[in-house]
Amino acid sequence: MNEATERVLNRLLDQHRREQGNLIVLLQRIQDTFGHIAEEYVDWFAEKLDIPASRFFGVITFYPKFRTRPVGKNTITVCCGAACHIKGADKLLDAAKEALGLTGDEDTTRDLSFTLQKATCIGACSIAPVVILNKQVHSAMDPVKVTKLVKGYEREEFLGYL
Amino acid sequence: MSEPIVEIKVCLGTSGSAAGGEEVLRLFKHHVHEQGVEARIGRRCSPSKVGCRGFCSKDVLVDVVLDGSKTTYQLVTPNMVERIVQEHVIEGRPIADWTVRDEYASFHARQHKIVLGPCGEIDPESIDDYIAMRGYRAARKAITQMSPDEVIAEVLRSGLRGRGGSGFSTGEKWRVCRSVPGDTKYAVCNIGEVNRPLAEGNPHAIIEGLLIGGYAIGAGKGFLYIRERYHRSVERLSIALEQAREKGFIGRNIFGSGFDFEIEFSFGTEAFICGEETALMESIEGKRAMPRVRPPFPAYAGLWGKPTVINNAETFSNIPLIVGKGGAWFAGIGTASSKGTKVFTLSGKVRNNGLVEIPMGMPFREIVYGIGGGIEGDKALKAIQVGGPSGGIIPTTMLDMGLDYEHLARVGSIVGSGGMVVFDEDDCIVSVVRFYLEFLQRESCGKCVPCRIGTKRMLELLTKITDGKGEEADLRTLERLSGVMASTSLCGLGRTAPNPFITSFNHFRDEYLAHIRDRKCPAGVCTALITFSVIEEKCKACGLCKRACPAGAVTGAPKQVHVIDPAKCVKCGACYRACRFKAIRKQ
Repeated sequence: MNEATERVLNRLLDQHRREQGNLIVLLQRIQDTFGHIAEEYVDWFAEKLDIPASRFFGVITFYPKFRTRPVGKNTITVCCGAACHIKGADKLLDAAKEALGLTGDEDTTRDLSFTLQKATCIGACSIAPVVILNKQVHSAMDPVKVTKLVKGYEREEFLGYL
Repeated sequence: MSEPIVEIKVCLGTSGSAAGGEEVLRLFKHHVHEQGVEARIGRRCSPSKVGCRGFCSKDVLVDVVLDGSKTTYQLVTPNMVERIVQEHVIEGRPIADWTVRDEYASFHARQHKIVLGPCGEIDPESIDDYIAMRGYRAARKAITQMSPDEVIAEVLRSGLRGRGGSGFSTGEKWRVCRSVPGDTKYAVCNIGEVNRPLAEGNPHAIIEGLLIGGYAIGAGKGFLYIRERYHRSVERLSIALEQAREKGFIGRNIFGSGFDFEIEFSFGTEAFICGEETALMESIEGKRAMPRVRPPFPAYAGLWGKPTVINNAETFSNIPLIVGKGGAWFAGIGTASSKGTKVFTLSGKVRNNGLVEIPMGMPFREIVYGIGGGIEGDKALKAIQVGGPSGGIIPTTMLDMGLDYEHLARVGSIVGSGGMVVFDEDDCIVSVVRFYLEFLQRESCGKCVPCRIGTKRMLELLTKITDGKGEEADLRTLERLSGVMASTSLCGLGRTAPNPFITSFNHFRDEYLAHIRDRKCPAGVCTALITFSVIEEKCKACGLCKRACPAGAVTGAPKQVHVIDPAKCVKCGACYRACRFKAIRKQ
């Protein structure tokens, strides 16, 4: 672990002690800072706080939102709630996977540009099926629109660097 | 009175935003201010954002209020804005082609909006709008003129029952918690997915309700428990909380009464089990959200072992109305034992998707055909799933049953937090039930055996059936498992998990048997049980199916009947959808 990382961890630790926060809040902060929760961060905090690492992993693995692998720069989330399901959410998932070139249980592209997630109901049932790209909700999607969304976004990003 | 103003209200709930509402609002502001519309018409013109008004399938909805008459436009896109401003706002001629149709009126007319009433009318980011509609008066009345016991008596009189799932009496919950000795108590508001429109459309009502609840039970602190992912809801609630704090409605010595109450957020994460109140408390405490063994009930020992009341956002939103207008007023709505209204997200294959609020006891027929406008594409209604994943499936034979706690309990379902999904003839009940079980199995926390293993085994058996490998004995196993889970699981999740199976098996036995005996999926959904083929007489050899097929399974040439190779077919249905001559057979 390099010095810069350790400085950040120390800052999170101070904040945690000052606020007498709980593990979920601490883990959320770690994830917000680094995008994921690496094993070495957990070990570091476990030692400093004298809490067994297993307790951290217990919480991490319980909640689907915590991730131990790096996250992509953009996140695309397919809602798989009941209303979205009967309107074809699984086909949207397949389309997004194909557009991103993900295989098997991969959820993030190799270049870390995209992470694909499933959500349980997000409560936007009346405009189902929905896909969330970063924070923007896209309504009444179909596989073609999903492909366009992903591809279009990739292109826009590219133009941004020109 | 000042000069009447022209109001332009743009719906910016989750759905309005998804449909491009932000851009529409920006353009209205642009045209009004920068194009000098106000100077030309000589009066103030205010484009503002409002929360969800429920008719989400026609978003973006925009109201233009001119000289007291309101015109609502549907499906507004950015390029329509300039013409609306020019012809309607400046020249006073509404554009009839773009306004809402009759279904908008019928969708709303049959509802009874008390909680949702202000949503879509007021600016959710303005506390002054809320105060102008008598907001925070109920809290002031409760805290300065009523004793906590009087507040609780009023809530008991209203007959309000929890809108989150179990339907326990809210007043009774509060009364018990108040009676437990202790200086530190907590009030928690759970904001679930169906409560998002409330949080986005009228967040102050939730805060006011929580404040009154806190006063009634003697709590010093309240929590807004919400999933972080609901960005817009969190944003609106944060703004509302900050405004309430500035006005002194939250904080120390509220209304000069000496009562102190703080509210803070507790960010949950996506876990269905967190709807269970003891699991929710574990989550607030930063642990794995596994339900606790009860008793003790939260009213005695809840958050950090202190007496705690948990209600959901819809329950709390009703409180200011009950205190303000009286419990008797509230009790006048609904049925003998289910009082008030219930908010539902009406979704699935119904024509008018959206957020609805109905008086308790309204028959399902009225909801689906009256409010919902019937089934999309005039297909046949098959069933209604009510109460979320662990709710029950209501067949068409029960359409005239009223929606309330008693009736739903009698047929093995729950009111739940308010999801309602409508299925049509194209939906396979077995596959739908399998979908719910897949969800519940994933969300089972794993603490107790009946739920952990029961959901897994049920899912395996249902998958076996949808894969075309089911045996009749599997149905008996499913029934037995259901009984064990319902009676022995630790919490509501496990106890209600068999509901979709039990309720559907009672009414759709034939469909289950068709999957097992005939190896057929009557609705044509279960891919293992369907095949696609070309009906030779109808094929016009146009080649559309060939182009649509992603697997290269269709062969054929111009003027030659096309053929689908079953070995290559991936059963995606692309050819079926592409064919204009109904020449593809799905069976």
